[in-house]
Amino acid sequence: MAKLILSMDGLVLKEISLTKERTTIGRKPHNDIQIDNLAVSGEHAVIVTILNDSFLEDLGSTNGTVVNGNPIKKHFLQNNDVIELGKYKLKFVGEPAPVAGAEKADFEKTMVLRPAAMKAAAEQARAMSGGSAPQVAGAARATASQQAAASATAAGIADKDAKPAAPPAAKPAQPLGSIQLLSGSNAGKELELSKPLTTLGKPGVGVAVLTRRPQGYFITHVEGANRPTVNGQQIGAAPHALKDHDVIELAGVKMEFFLKA
Amino acid sequence: MDLTQTLEITSCTDPGMVRSHNEDSVAADAARGLVVLADGMGGYNAGEVASGMATTVIVTEMQQVLANARPYDVDPRTSQEIAARLLREQVLKANTSIYQAAQSQPQYAGMGTTLVVCLFYDNRVLVAHLGDSRLYVLREGKLKQVTRDHSLLQEQIDSGLITPDQAKNAQHKNLVTRALGIDPSVEPEMHEYRTKPGDIYLLCSDGLCDMVDDDDIGMALQALGGNLKLAAQQLVQMANDNGGRDNVSVILVRVLREYPAARGVMAKVFAWLK
Repeated sequence: MAKLILSMDGLVLKEISLTKERTTIGRKPHNDIQIDNLAVSGEHAVIVTILNDSFLEDLGSTNGTVVNGNPIKKHFLQNNDVIELGKYKLKFVGEPAPVAGAEKADFEKTMVLRPAAMKAAAEQARAMSGGSAPQVAGAARATASQQAAASATAAGIADKDAKPAAPPAAKPAQPLGSIQLLSGSNAGKELELSKPLTTLGKPGVGVAVLTRRPQGYFITHVEGANRPTVNGQQIGAAPHALKDHDVIELAGVKMEFFLKA
Repeated sequence: MDLTQTLEITSCTDPGMVRSHNEDSVAADAARGLVVLADGMGGYNAGEVASGMATTVIVTEMQQVLANARPYDVDPRTSQEIAARLLREQVLKANTSIYQAAQSQPQYAGMGTTLVVCLFYDNRVLVAHLGDSRLYVLREGKLKQVTRDHSLLQEQIDSGLITPDQAKNAQHKNLVTRALGIDPSVEPEMHEYRTKPGDIYLLCSDGLCDMVDDDDIGMALQALGGNLKLAAQQLVQMANDNGGRDNVSVILVRVLREYPAARGVMAKVFAWLK
């Protein structure tokens, strides 16, 4: 819930939650926020709150409304905006942007687009166009789709600081790992571990997979009687975290894991 | 026919990194070649109830009807195999159960679930689905999506409004156009495909395919195909590493060998002896 903090000369007088769709500010007593000061007009300004967004509008006041030092007629309130009315100051504290989760997660929850909605849209389209049936059906489908998309978009925008619903999971920068073969016929060869997973070994003898995860690299035994060893220790069934310069032995081949700067 | 030795089945379900509830539900009956995955929706715990009802009803009902019949039996009236009819009937039963529960109990109002069911028999797989839970198959190293989502996004792709690339960043991924338990009647989409030994079938909820690229899913299945359990865990882990914003569920089914239906005279004798 967004709120306003009323203060004068740095002294906090009160806090007002923006619960109503319209919150009026003025000198007269019927205002939601009454400021009894002659510099404030009877009906000075109004704050319209729609979902999480609040807009401030000056109602033709004598001395005007100032936000962050600039006189405004209409203003989309941002967190920490300061509204000045004569000597009084109103600080706008927006609703904290929902931390990934909470509301956003709710929005992402699977929902059914009921055929009824499609039908209603179809009837609407039919009433409007009165065109031939197949065209209408097509249009209706498109309308229903658009409506749903629009409502989805609206919901997305209503979410303050809306990012695209699915921000592509940014892979955190992490050092690239690599392995160098220490024995066998390919000794000296190096293999960069740039893929999310890399398999090593011989099928039937011993296969392990190296997975690249945000936390770092892990080695897991996949199949075969020979479990890989890390620094001489055989690994279990669970993934084993790899550290820089660990020596892996798999199916008789030794290799060193290291991280590149 | 017992398929326990023919199909290797493993499943993994996880609430993900953001949600506290797991509204997905998975069930499998290896002997009858049946796997079911459902992704529930609805407030409070209604989603879990809906998906749980879907998997339980379908598995138990199928077990009952398959106790006295085989999926490749031919219905004398329609001269068609009964598999599709049986599966469809059980899906409709699940629909009715969920719908009635939602109607009679206010806390379940509006609940529903997506569904993907596979029934393996006679070297084939019968697939029924509703909503945006998917079936993929890995065959000869290539991953292919088998089902087509019943979702607004898919309809927009089909009608050419957006390209599949744009769809990846679309906002309304969550709107499905068909689901179980929402309306008194429903029509599951059903298809039948031939299976080959070595195929790996992947059933998953949108928590996987929204978070992990198809390419990466294919790579994981290919790399870890030797260890199905690990592959399932790896897929869930990849979804969680990428953010895990939704519940993630996967069922993996590997076809180990051919499993043709026994239709000959000998089969009849054996069946009679049983």
